[in-house]
This record gives sequence, structure tokens and C-alpha cells, in this order.
Amino acid sequence: MNPNQTSKFIDIVGVEQTFKTKKGPFCALRDIHLTVAKGEFVALIGHSGCGKSTLLNLIAGLTTPTQGHLLCDNREIAGPGPDRAVVFQNHSLLPWLTCFENVYLGVERVFGAANKTTGATSENKAQLMARTDAALALVGLTPAAQKRPGEISGGMKQRVGIARALAMEPKVLLMDEPFGALDALTRAKLQDELLEIVARTHSTVVMVTHDVDEAVLLSDKIVMMTNGPAATIGEVLSVDLPRPRNRVQLADSPQYLQHRKAVIDFLYTRQVHVEKAA
Amino acid sequence: MVSAVFHAPLAASGSEAVASAVTHKAMPSVTPHVEPAKAVTQKSPYDWRGLWLAVLPPVLGFSLLIGIWALVSISTASSIPSPVATFEQAVVIFSDPFYRNGPNDQGLGWNILMSLERVALGFGLAAAVGIPAGFAIGRFEFLSRMFNPLISLLRPVSPLAWLPIGLLVFKGADPAAIWTIFICSIWPMIINTAVGVQRVPQDYMNVARVLNLSEWKIVTKILFPSVLPYMLTGVRLAVGTAWLVIVAAEMLTGGVGIGFWVWDEWNNLNVKNIIIAIFVIGIVGLILEYALIKIATAFTFEEVKS
Repeated sequence: MNPNQTSKFIDIVGVEQTFKTKKGPFCALRDIHLTVAKGEFVALIGHSGCGKSTLLNLIAGLTTPTQGHLLCDNREIAGPGPDRAVVFQNHSLLPWLTCFENVYLGVERVFGAANKTTGATSENKAQLMARTDAALALVGLTPAAQKRPGEISGGMKQRVGIARALAMEPKVLLMDEPFGALDALTRAKLQDELLEIVARTHSTVVMVTHDVDEAVLLSDKIVMMTNGPAATIGEVLSVDLPRPRNRVQLADSPQYLQHRKAVIDFLYTRQVHVEKAA
Repeated sequence: MVSAVFHAPLAASGSEAVASAVTHKAMPSVTPHVEPAKAVTQKSPYDWRGLWLAVLPPVLGFSLLIGIWALVSISTASSIPSPVATFEQAVVIFSDPFYRNGPNDQGLGWNILMSLERVALGFGLAAAVGIPAGFAIGRFEFLSRMFNPLISLLRPVSPLAWLPIGLLVFKGADPAAIWTIFICSIWPMIINTAVGVQRVPQDYMNVARVLNLSEWKIVTKILFPSVLPYMLTGVRLAVGTAWLVIVAAEMLTGGVGIGFWVWDEWNNLNVKNIIIAIFVIGIVGLILEYALIKIATAFTFEEVKS
């Protein structure tokens, strides 16, 4: 693999996104240039309405940009696909399927059919079920596999969402405020688990968040976005804290506090007045 | 309940009514005064107040009905029969509901079964046509725009107005009655199914796109399960209407059936039997409704909140 391919695993070039509304065109994003290296954990942070979810949807392929282009693994992103798995903010599990079936749905689609591009042959049912079990075990949900989403807690639902995404062995894991709807304690627990899972699977992750601590704790790179409309990338901060990271030890690490301050400074000092004006 | 959704168009107000019918009306008025009583007696036999509240109001309600009935009976010098006389007659009728003395004199049981058979046929045909039609109308905006004016125009028409057309086309009383049931029960099923399809949460469709599911998987794993509660509401409304209409249709067409039986008893001036029939029609309707509500709650799942 050439170095260009690893350092520019996701390559976003001059992307602009304009929505047609009844009041006329609305420019959500403009002039976005961003690269994500293979195995890198990138956090997108910004005030609400800054288009961070829009950017994530563009990478997911759920929407197409009005200008510019996005590449993933040197191929143009033309639509959504299982190589870029999404963990949705509201978990989006199908309530009539059990946790196992929810995960299995994706596994079956990715590994149940022969893949012409990678040359992989289709796996049999036992293999598919083993993959599903492994994904649920990864997030510690083996006991709840046969339960329906309505019967488990919010944190567990989100874990199923993560398991569903990871089970497809995506090239990129896209997370849209995955822990935003959870209480602080559950959130901290899931962040720790995510750190551990990412360390084990070496996943490339792009995560939307509005939580400064979450961004600093988890990511290698924090992309700070200016306020919308016509939002763009304001600043990119490299987080070079050593891994494995421990939230208790980091709490009084000067380096951590420095990063944290840099993000807070951007969000609340330099971007705050724009929001007032808007 | 029937009229609430019946008058509502395909637009937002209609779907609100449908949604609330699924969630809030899932518990019929029958259960509350049965189940709390059980629970109360199990937990503590001394909680008389709960038991009191659970048993007394329905008993009072029925007493009021029977009281008014008795008063009317007395004031009309028994041309409306008294509750006691009707009850005695009911005991006679229910002691042998399945007798057959020729085509025009059959037991009440046969009459009810014949009516239910017509409802089942007409309703089954309506479901076979209406549910797929609802899916198509909900899925494709073109079809929705094409058929909405037609549905809006035809839906308010009294089903009985279709009876002469049925008689003319099918040249028989029985198919004409079935046709009438068909035409009255198809609208709620089309409308509710279409609304259900239009209201499939976008999140689920996004999941389908990210997982790159096949059309077949989308239909079986996402569309159908999420439309099912709406569809079952449509089915319930349709059965309710069908049961309302069959009585009137049979009065006009004759033959064997509960509606014809009522008309026949009127011609014989046997008012006791008419009153018994009213109760029987009510109870059968209640059972149909209750069974469908039970089915609907079994298939209703917690939805994703976005």
C-alpha cells in the first residue's frame, strides 16, 4: 500500500453542500478540504447547525455534494454502502427484530453473498451467525442477543448499533453523535469501550460530537467547524496524547488540559459571536 | 372511533388520527373494568374501593339501560316488550340456535354465521385489493396524486348506494351484499396502508441504504413490519364498518342473515326478537373489534424517536 493511500484514506476536496429550500438555496457547507488517514480517529466538533452531520452524511454517501468530490480508499463515494458503516444518533435499530437479527441483517448482506470486487466467496449460515455472535460479544451484549430493542436500555441499544456497524468490517466507521442521547455515566463507559474496540480493530473512525472531552479523549485529530450557514473547517487540532488513554489519568495531564482549552477557546471565544449574529 | 378516521383525509390530520388509534385506543373499554378487579382481589382483599370503582360503574350503566327500557315498555303498554319478557324469549332462542325449518326459518346461529361469511368474503376481497393498492399509493407519489381525488370522491358515499349497482352487475342478492361489504371496507384499508407506508421513519430507510439491503429485504424487514400496525388499524375499521353495513344490506337483499332476520321479525311484529338481535349484533361487533385490537397490539413495536 503506498503512503498516499494510507495518509489520504478519506480525501475530501473542495466540497460544498447547498440545499434547496422554499426560501431559496441554503448553503450548509462550503470549501471543505479534509483528509483522514487509515486507522485515524477523527472528531468533527462544532455548534449545532454547523453542518457536521451534513459532512458525515456526505462521507456516508447518504447525500451527494453540490460541488467537489469525496474519495474513500481512492474511489469516489457515489452512494451509501457497507464499507462505510454508520452508527446513528438514535441507534435506528429495527424494533421488530432481536438484537441478534439486527446485527445479522448487515452481516448477511456483506458476507452472505459472493463479493466480486474483493473476490470473497459467500459464507455459510454458521459462519454468518458466528460473526454476529462475535460482534455482540465485542460490545458485551451476548446475554441480550435474543432481546428486542424495546426491552434493553439506551446504552445497550447504542452498543447494538456499534456492533451492527463493526460486524460488517467496514473500512470506515462513521458515528453521528453516538452517545449524545445517553446519560453521562453510560456515555463515559461506552467511550472507554469504544477506545478499547478501536485499539483492537484499528478502525478508521469519523465521529460527530459536541462534547469537548469526548473529542479530546477519543480522537487523533479534532476538526473544528465554524458556525453555519456556509460553515467550513475552522481549525484542525492534532491530539498527540499517548495511547492507551485513561480518562482518570488524563484528567490532570497538562497536555490534555491544553488540548481541551484549545477546543473550548475555539468554540466559545472565537465562534460564539457568530452564533449570536445568526 | 370509526367515524373519526373515516372523515379524515389522507393528509396529516388523518394520519394523526390513525396514529392515535394505534397507540391510545389499543386498550378497549372492556378491559379496564375486568383486569383491575382481578389484580385488586389478588393483592389485598380489603381494598374495597378499587373493586367498587371497577364493578359499580358498569353495573350502574347497564342498570340504567335496563331501567329506561323497562320504563319505555310500561309507557307503551308493552308494545315494546319488557326486559324480563325479552330475556325469557332469548333463553328459548339460544336453547336451539341451529335449527332449520326451510329456507326462511332458520336458527339465529345460522343467520349470524351467514352474515359473518358475507362479511368475511367481502372483507377478504377488499383486503386482497386494498392493501396492495395502499402500498402502491403510499410508495409512489404519482399514484397517490392520481388516486387521492377518486378516493376522496367515492369514500363518503354510503355503501348502500352501491347495492343497486351490485344487483345490476352480479344479478344476485348474495354477491350484491358481498360487493357492498367490499366497497365499504376497502377505503379504510387503502388509506391506512398508504399513510403507514408514507410514515416509515426515514431512519429505517437510511439503515437500509447503508446496509445496502435488497428490495426484497427492504419490503420484508422494514416496510412491512413498520406498516403493519397502520394496516391492522385499517383492517379493524374496515371490519367495524362491514359489520355495520351487512345488517342494512341484508335487510334489502333478503335471504339468510342477521339483517334479514331482523327484518323478518319486524314483518312478524316479533319485537322481542328484534331486541335480542340488537344485542347479538352488538356483541358480535364487540368481539370482532376486540380480537383485531389484540392482534394489532401484538404487532406494535416501540418506534425510534428522532
